[in-house]
Amino acid sequence: MRGITKRFGPVVANDHVDFEAAWGEVHALVGENGAGKSTLMSILAGLYRPDSGTIEIDGTPVRFRSPRDAIEHGIGMVYQHFMLVEPFTVAENVVLGERRSTVDLGLPRVERELAELSERYGLGVDPKAHIWQLSVGEQQRVEILRLLYLGARILVFDEPTAVLTPQEATSLIRTLRGLAAQGFSVIFISHKLDEVMEVADCISILRRGQIVATTAPNETDRRTLARLMVGRELAALVEHPAVEPRDEREPGETVLALRGVGAIGEKGLPALRDVDLAVRAGETLGIAGVAGNGQSELAEVVTGLRRVTNGTVTIAGRDMTNRPAAEVARAGVAHIPEDRLATGLIGGMDLSANAILREYGRPPLSSGPFLAGQQVNTFTDRLISDHDVKAPGRWAKLRTLSGGNQQKLLLGRELAGSPRLIVAVHPTRGVDIGATEAIHEELRRQRASGAATLLISEDLDELLALSDRIAVLFDGRVMGVLPARGADPEQIGLLMAGVAADAASQTETRSAADG
Amino acid sequence: MASVPLLRGYRIERVPAPSRLATALVSLLSLLLALVFGGIVLALAGENPLTVYQTMLRGALGDWNGVAETLVKTTPLLLAGLGVAVAFRMQLWNIGAEGQLYLGAIFATGTALFLIPTAPGWVMVPAMIVAALIGGGLWGFIPGALRAWFGASEIITSLMLNYVAILFSEYLVHGPWRDPQAYGFPGTPTLPDAAWLARWGTTRVHLGLLFGLIAAVTLWVMFRRTRWGYEIGVMGENPRAAHYAGMPTKRTIILVMVLSGALAGLAGMSEVAGIGHQLQRNLSPGYGYTAIIVAWLARLHPFGAVLVAFLLAVLTVGGDQLQMSLGLPAAIAPMLQGTILFFLLGGDLLTRYRLTRVLGVG
Repeated sequence: MRGITKRFGPVVANDHVDFEAAWGEVHALVGENGAGKSTLMSILAGLYRPDSGTIEIDGTPVRFRSPRDAIEHGIGMVYQHFMLVEPFTVAENVVLGERRSTVDLGLPRVERELAELSERYGLGVDPKAHIWQLSVGEQQRVEILRLLYLGARILVFDEPTAVLTPQEATSLIRTLRGLAAQGFSVIFISHKLDEVMEVADCISILRRGQIVATTAPNETDRRTLARLMVGRELAALVEHPAVEPRDEREPGETVLALRGVGAIGEKGLPALRDVDLAVRAGETLGIAGVAGNGQSELAEVVTGLRRVTNGTVTIAGRDMTNRPAAEVARAGVAHIPEDRLATGLIGGMDLSANAILREYGRPPLSSGPFLAGQQVNTFTDRLISDHDVKAPGRWAKLRTLSGGNQQKLLLGRELAGSPRLIVAVHPTRGVDIGATEAIHEELRRQRASGAATLLISEDLDELLALSDRIAVLFDGRVMGVLPARGADPEQIGLLMAGVAADAASQTETRSAADG
Repeated sequence: MASVPLLRGYRIERVPAPSRLATALVSLLSLLLALVFGGIVLALAGENPLTVYQTMLRGALGDWNGVAETLVKTTPLLLAGLGVAVAFRMQLWNIGAEGQLYLGAIFATGTALFLIPTAPGWVMVPAMIVAALIGGGLWGFIPGALRAWFGASEIITSLMLNYVAILFSEYLVHGPWRDPQAYGFPGTPTLPDAAWLARWGTTRVHLGLLFGLIAAVTLWVMFRRTRWGYEIGVMGENPRAAHYAGMPTKRTIILVMVLSGALAGLAGMSEVAGIGHQLQRNLSPGYGYTAIIVAWLARLHPFGAVLVAFLLAVLTVGGDQLQMSLGLPAAIAPMLQGTILFFLLGGDLLTRYRLTRVLGVG
């Protein structure tokens, strides 16, 4: 791939990227969230078309109009979310991708060929099994089998181990090595440096849409890789205006305490394991981690939206383990959720309806079964003006506002009752710089007035600028807790990638967890 | 990737906020197009469309008698339509208004004939209303509870309960509740006089219409001014936000389905007590299904339902007139209703979504 550029609106996802992979090797593509890895690979697999740049296979330029084109040229991709039809069998799913005949699917022939392929590459997939009967790891092997059957010679995997148990991941890694040994070209996207060092022949690091280095495991170490991945932060931090001297007051009493908390995630796998964390009044605890390592579940557990399976959640001295969300909110917990439009706001309703979502059940906004119309209007107008929400009026549909203004409204609503605990998840994701500053300012003000804050973010800048301490989550566990002041982004990067022991200076891990 | 591929190089996008004027204009234009299209079909069938439309209008609105009959047909459509709209507001697809209507009629009839047959009117009518609300509400409770507790699709369960209710009513009028003096004709005995709803002058327009109007105003107030109405709105628009705010989703699903069924049940009671004065076969010619059209065309707005129920009643009464004075097949009116619905829903899609050219793809 040469000079690949892809823009989404004003965002440049890939900026003149040159990328080469060889036959018979496993090539790892690493980088932070939003570095452009998935975009680059989606271009290779024919899902997106590049704005400029070319793709060559064995020196021959190719152009793909669709994933079908790509697969005809031998390039196939295994996505994080499998493209399988659950009630169908393995063979039926494979035939879905074909259009040779509409009358006779030739299933017996397909089943025979699949069984042979499965045997040859040691995939252990039964072509007659129904997808719903298979585990996630097996389904992933079905995807691989399908690509092999369709003639793919270059196999691309988008974070293949993210959805797997450790045992399944080990077995997948063995499969990837096997495929490379048989001459296939295997490209895989990952955040996990341990795994990258173990499986890859070649490693390319993508940062802010550009390839910053291509190296090999025997020429580098995890520390260097982590620095290359998050390196920019190191430089930017020095001159970042947001890092002001924090007032170093002693934080107050413990507001939030998690003890031995475990929870099950959406996929039915453990998402949090034995988490001990504490946040005190006037303190901000940042949570760093690569997406999908338990951050969402952590926020949900604290705000009463997800049940814990082990351990206890204590808020302001009261046991709030598995209490309903409304009760948690009444105890003074504000929640700025991860995906504001999907969770925290109602796009199809007007600003008033969105403004009163927390307070509608209490006076002065309601009296008896009725909403107090006049009070609702004043309340909304005040929220709009206090938080500088740019909107045509309170009657406007929320969906018509920009992301930043939506977020300011949400923030204003959540912080209205001077909360004791603020759970903020990616509070500035997808909002412009001006709104980001306003949101940061608001969070600092809340901290100064004594609120405890649990700040979950993938933006290290943001975490370092706002937090007093930073806890790193990996695979549902707290890998370590570091003071934010003078924290080493490299070390955070290593912890985020699941590298714990050798990173030394682990003195804080346990003691700091208790506040 | 959230768009729907339709034509190569184009995609359908959601319009963030369709303006009221655009919505109204599109509805009007859709109605016009539907009449033109219906006219073409009529012309192909060898009829003069203008004569047909004129006959329909004159039949439904040409004289007081016509208007009165139109209001009679408006009544059950309005009550059942409001019931459907309540559920649809919360994205609960209650297709069971027909069965709920029958259950309301059965409960009301049973109350008047067997429970308190000698009660005076001021006891009888309220008692029948309560019975109908309970009966319809029960028929809404079942799919509501199945949905809330087990996640069963209320579309299927409410639809299937329609058959149960209709066949149960058949059983009653042929069997245990049949009037012994009716020479074997199916149907219950006539209700006591105290159970008859007051009528307006010599017309068949009865108190049920007032029930419908009161219900419309009450629902409007409920949606606009009460906490419960607000919660229903939030749960309908974004269930995750409702969960996030800690709203009691399961309880509300059940209550909304009960309310929805109760309103349809009231429609059944008002047909029995206002028109038939007995429970008979074919009590409803599908009011509960037409109610879905009412709710949808009214965009789930209570006052919109008043208007749409009236318009559909015009089509029904006018359609009857076609049979009587022009000798046209009975299928003409439903055909026109279907055409209008088709065009209105199509127009609705155009106000909410737009076709845009996608650059650089295809």
